[in-house]
Amino acid sequence: MMNAVETRTEDPDIPDVLGAEVDSWWKIRLALTRRSFRENWKIFRRNKVGLLGLVIIAFWAIMAAMPTVFFATGFWNPATYDPVTGLELDPPTRTMVMVERITDPNTEIDRRAALLDGRIPDTLQIGDTFDLPLQPAPPDARHWLGTDPLGRDIMSQLMHGARASFFLGILAAVVTVVIGTTIGSMAAYFGGIVDASLMRLADLLIMIPGVALLIVIGGLFTFQLWHLAVVIGILSGFGGTAIVLKSQALAVKVKPFIDAARVAGGSASHIIFYHLIPNVMPLSVLYMMFTVTGAIQSEAVLSFLGILNTDTSWGLMMNLARTQGYLLQVTDYWWLTVPAGLSVTLLSAAFFLVGRGMDEIVNPRLRRR
Amino acid sequence: MSLVKVEGLRRLFPVSPGLFRRKTGFVHAVDDLDFEIGIGESLGLVGESGCGKTTTGRMLVGLETPDQGSIVLGQADGTQMDVVNLRADQRVKFRRQVQMIFQDPYESINPRRTVFETVGEPLLIHGIGDLGTREEQIREMLRKVGLAPPESFMFRYPHELSGGQRQRVAIARALILQPRLVVADEPTSMLDVSIRISIMELMSRLAKQMGVSYLYITHDLAVARYMCDRIAVMYLGKVVEIGETEQLLANPLHPYTQALLSAVPVPDPSLPPPQVQIKGGIGKAVDPAPECRFVDRCPQAADVCRSTPHPPLEDKGGGRLVSCHLVDRSSI
Repeated sequence: MMNAVETRTEDPDIPDVLGAEVDSWWKIRLALTRRSFRENWKIFRRNKVGLLGLVIIAFWAIMAAMPTVFFATGFWNPATYDPVTGLELDPPTRTMVMVERITDPNTEIDRRAALLDGRIPDTLQIGDTFDLPLQPAPPDARHWLGTDPLGRDIMSQLMHGARASFFLGILAAVVTVVIGTTIGSMAAYFGGIVDASLMRLADLLIMIPGVALLIVIGGLFTFQLWHLAVVIGILSGFGGTAIVLKSQALAVKVKPFIDAARVAGGSASHIIFYHLIPNVMPLSVLYMMFTVTGAIQSEAVLSFLGILNTDTSWGLMMNLARTQGYLLQVTDYWWLTVPAGLSVTLLSAAFFLVGRGMDEIVNPRLRRR
Repeated sequence: MSLVKVEGLRRLFPVSPGLFRRKTGFVHAVDDLDFEIGIGESLGLVGESGCGKTTTGRMLVGLETPDQGSIVLGQADGTQMDVVNLRADQRVKFRRQVQMIFQDPYESINPRRTVFETVGEPLLIHGIGDLGTREEQIREMLRKVGLAPPESFMFRYPHELSGGQRQRVAIARALILQPRLVVADEPTSMLDVSIRISIMELMSRLAKQMGVSYLYITHDLAVARYMCDRIAVMYLGKVVEIGETEQLLANPLHPYTQALLSAVPVPDPSLPPPQVQIKGGIGKAVDPAPECRFVDRCPQAADVCRSTPHPPLEDKGGGRLVSCHLVDRSSI
C-alpha cells in the first residue's frame, strides 16, 4: 500500500499545466477540470447503460433545437407549424356518403357525428358523397406525426415539449443540488439542534405526497413551469437528497483534513464550502440526475391534469387528447398519445440511466476490476 | 522562558453504555498533566496507545477543550496567552502560532484539493497576501520540504503523490504560517520505514531553521530519541517521567520507563528476545482508584503505592521529574 519509492515518473498530463503564470490561474483550473473530466469519462464510457442514456439525451437535445432551425430556414411556416397557434388549413380529407342528417344534436347519442355535421354543406342530400376534412389527421409528408384535433402539428409540439422538459428538469435539478448539499452539509457540520431541526423538516417534506401537494398548489395559484421546477427542487432537495447528502457529509466530517482545516483557523462556512461540499458533490450530481427524472414525470402528470399553466408540453398533448375524447382510442388515433407518452418515458429514463452510469464514478466499489 | 506551560490539564470522557446512554463513569484520558516546552525545544510525548498522548496534543491545538487546567502560550512581547479561554480577538493570533501535523497523510489532506490549495489554505484563511505573493510563498515552502521543483507538484492531487510526499505537503502546510509550536501526532508512523528518517530529518532541520518548537507525539522510543530534546513518558493519562532525552534513556528511573526501554527489540536475531518486566496490558482509566496508576503492572509495587494516591511529579535532580514513591534522589 505504501509507496516506498519517493520519485515518480512524470504524469504526461502535468506539463501542459506547467509554465502557467498566476494571471492565467483559470487556465490551470480549466486544465485540471479537463483532466478529471477525461478520467471520469473513461470510467463512464465503459458502462453501456449510461452511454445509452447519454445518446437518448443527445437525441432529445437535437430535437429541442430543431424548430429554431426549421423556422429560421423557412422549412416550417409558423402559421402552420407553430405549436400553439399553428393551424393546418388544408387537411387531408376522406370521401364519405351522406346517410342521415342530424337535425337536433341533443337527441343524437354520437356527439362526434354532430360535430361532423356542422362541417357538411346544407345542400347535401342523403345518398350524396362529400369530402370530410380530417382533423386530427394521421401522419403524412407534411405532418410527420399528424395533427391534433385543433389542426396543429404534433411533431412541432413534441419538439417544443422537449424544450420545456429540459428547462424544467435541469432547473429542478439545480435547485435540488443547491438546497440538498447546503442543508445536508450544514446539518452534518453543526449537528445538535441545527441537525435535528433540519432533519425533522426533511422528514416532514418526505412524508408529503409530492404530486398531491402540487395539485393543491396548482389549484390555488397560477402555476408556471418554473414554479413547478422550484417546488420540485425544494421538495426533493430538502427531503431525500438532503438526508442522503448529510450522511455522506457526516462521513467526510470526521476525516482528519477537517481537523486540519480547523487548526489552520478555518471558519464553519470555510470548512463547509471548501471541504465538505466538494467531497459530497459527486453524490449530489448523481441525485441531480434522479431529480430530473422525477421532475419530467411530475410535469407530465400535472399538465395531463391541466393544472400547469404552460403553452406546450408533452403532458399537455395528452391532456388535449383526453379532453377531446381520443385518449381511449389509441389504436385509431395513436399519434395523439403514443409520441408524447413515449417521449416522457424515454427522456426521464435517459436521465435515470445516466445517473446509474455515474454511480460507478461516484462509488468506486461498483467498478469492474 | 518557556513557550508553552501546561498545568493541571485534565480531560474526561463520559462512559455511557447501554440503551439509555446513562453516564456510568468517566475515562480519565488526560489527568492532571504538567509540562513545559521551551522556545525552539522539541518535547517528545511517549506512551502506549490509549494513554492520552493524542488527546493532549489535540487540547494544545484547540481541537479539544480541557475540563480543567491551563495552557499558557508565551508571546513574543512577553505577555501570556490563555489558550483555554481565548478571547475572540486572540483566536486568529493563536491559530497562526500553533499548528498540527497529523498521523495519517492519506486522511489529513483533502483529496479534492491540489497541493497548491492544501498548502496555501492557511494563507487563504488568514487573508495573507494576494494570489501572486501566496504563490511565491507556496513555491518557497514546497522547495523547503523537498518537493522540488515546485511546479511539478503544485497542481497535483493527493492521490498522485506517495505517502512520503503527502506528509511533506502536510508539513509544508503546517509551517507556512511560520508557527511557533507544532504538534506532530506520530507523523511518521504511517510511513514506510525507508522514508521515515528523511521525514524526521526534514522536520528537525526546518525546526532549527524556523525556530519552531515541537510537541512530538510518538510510541517509538527510537523516533523520540532522534527528534526530541526532552522526553515525557505518559501512562494512563499521567506523565510519569520527564527528562533530557539521553539521560532518560540511559538511566530510566520510573519502573514504567524501564519496562518500555526493555521492550525495545534489538535488531539482531542471534540475541534472545527482550525480557519485558511487566505483565498485562494498558487498561482504561475509568474512575481510577486513589492509588498509583501503574501499581497493577509494576514489578516493584510496595504497600505505599496502593495506600496513597498517585504520586506527584517530583524533581529528582538534574531536570528529571519522576512520579514514583520508590525513586529517590540517590538513584540519579
